Amino acid sequence: MSARTTRRAPLLGVTVTLALLAVAGCSGTPSGTPSGTASSGSSSGASSSAAADHLTATDPWIKAAESGMTAAFAVLHNDGDQDVTVVGATSDLSPVELHEMATDDSGAMVMRQKEGGLTIPAGGEHALEPGGDHLMLMELSAPVQAGAEYDVTLELSDGSTLVVTAPARTFAGAKESYDDGHGEGHDMSHDG
Amino acid sequence: MADVGPTAQARVSRRAFLVGGAAAGAVAVAGAGGAWAGRATSPGTGAAPSGTGETSLHGDLRVPFHGPRQAGVETPPQAYLTLVALTLAPGADRDALVRLMRIWTDDVARLTQGRPGLTDTEPELAEVPARLTVTVGYGPAVFTAAGLDDRRPSWLRPLPPFGVDRLEDRWNDGDLVLQVCADDEVTVSHAVRMLLREARDFASVRWLQKGFRRSVGSEPAGRTMRNLMGQVDGTRNVDPVADAPLVWSDGTDGWLAGGTSMVVRRIRMELDTWDEVDRSTREAVMGRRLVDGAPLTGDTEHDEPDLDAVGPHGLTVIGPAAHVRRARTDDQAERFLRRAYSYDVAPDVAADPSVLSSSGLVFVTFQADVDRQFVPVQRRLDEVDLLNEWTTPIGSAVFAVPPGCAEGEFLGQALLG
Repeated sequence: MSARTTRRAPLLGVTVTLALLAVAGCSGTPSGTPSGTASSGSSSGASSSAAADHLTATDPWIKAAESGMTAAFAVLHNDGDQDVTVVGATSDLSPVELHEMATDDSGAMVMRQKEGGLTIPAGGEHALEPGGDHLMLMELSAPVQAGAEYDVTLELSDGSTLVVTAPARTFAGAKESYDDGHGEGHDMSHDG
Repeated sequence: MADVGPTAQARVSRRAFLVGGAAAGAVAVAGAGGAWAGRATSPGTGAAPSGTGETSLHGDLRVPFHGPRQAGVETPPQAYLTLVALTLAPGADRDALVRLMRIWTDDVARLTQGRPGLTDTEPELAEVPARLTVTVGYGPAVFTAAGLDDRRPSWLRPLPPFGVDRLEDRWNDGDLVLQVCADDEVTVSHAVRMLLREARDFASVRWLQKGFRRSVGSEPAGRTMRNLMGQVDGTRNVDPVADAPLVWSDGTDGWLAGGTSMVVRRIRMELDTWDEVDRSTREAVMGRRLVDGAPLTGDTEHDEPDLDAVGPHGLTVIGPAAHVRRARTDDQAERFLRRAYSYDVAPDVAADPSVLSSSGLVFVTFQADVDRQFVPVQRRLDEVDLLNEWTTPIGSAVFAVPPGCAEGEFLGQALLG
């Protein structure tokens, strides 16, 4: 069984409740709207040591897109005393990859899969943002509509998970070209 | 310059603001008519300093967003206005409107409190809220698009035509409106840009009108504005607290409880011909003195005009066609809240090389019922008003302003949700 936990956002002292999660993104709650549902991967119930119990996502959002690729962003906060590593992500919408921006051999900024996952240091935070690390939705099975909300599940190295509910927004940026390792850059934007 | 410059200046302006705000607030509490603009520091509807101490600036002032009524109506007018009307995209339906309202609600909740929008690419520009308010309104098309024509207020339609109108379609109507006001124009510009780009999938800009009033700190808060004809303009404004039923819908229309209506009239001022008018004639046109706005029969601005007073030649002191006489009514319901701004935009010198300016008023009013309150007054002024020779309505729009929202709700939820 999975354990849903209610936690305290480290920066704000705002208690996250499931009721709040249901309206995240349309409520205009204070800055750093916490959004996330943790699940320990073990069958032992509410294991307080699960990495997901210490991870909070604030200000999540996903770029609206008709089809193809898009990206999701958030600020991840770790209030535990151990580093937390996001090793993967899933979504009903699309396969998801963890990406980073890096300089390719020609000196251009490209995005590519992030080796070793995303590490959020103990007591620290890590921003997923346009032009930086982000969650890449590789092939949308349905449009991502501005103003609607979509769940993305983060998979952590200890097997626990965090569901992040991300409202979609129209966004002109995040058009990073994609280096898939074969020297063929893609453009993730779908403005047509 | 660092020794005495910025710090001393900030200290002085801070003190000036507090003094002005407190004094004006006291006037409003005492119930003096027309002191609405001075309620800057009253709790609930006004702004509160976010910090304390000598370093706090006007830019830190925030107007609460969440509440039963939208801000930007009874909020004492900020220095700058941008009013944007939008056209709904083809195919926009109720679901799309809900999604747009969720986006705007989130943006407004953040920006008015000095926080960047969720996708803000210029987050530093959001750090100065400067009493930012954003007021959202709906044109008739929202109701049609949402399949809710049966819930459209009866007054939500273009105003009836008036003889003085010279309406230009580029300033008329609109499916949605955003009234964005702040005491800093950079703040307004950023908020408008943020709101429009996130609405790109739902709507496009139909028209945009900018307006201004005196800057914060230029004069004591609460003073009645002067328009660009030099007139004290708005003396007889309703007090949105004392006269709340004139401003806010009582819920007769169901979902609109806590909402209101917004009328926007773009009124061009013929300043080139106004230049030809001497001071005494200007005062006769209005029925008020220019120096302080007092009626020609009174001593101070807020004295009641004596419409029956007769001068030495047996004529009424306030003439039969003077603006104050024509605008007055014994029907106390025929009043509305004015929240006007001046405009002064580039003149069309290509069309007329002799033109010096293109100026006027963005005349914004709020009232519970347009047909009951606004239209009768406008009809009287349309029939006879000396001022009509120098003022020309060139744009007109009517919007329904939904009530405010609590945390967890979105603007317009009572209608669209």
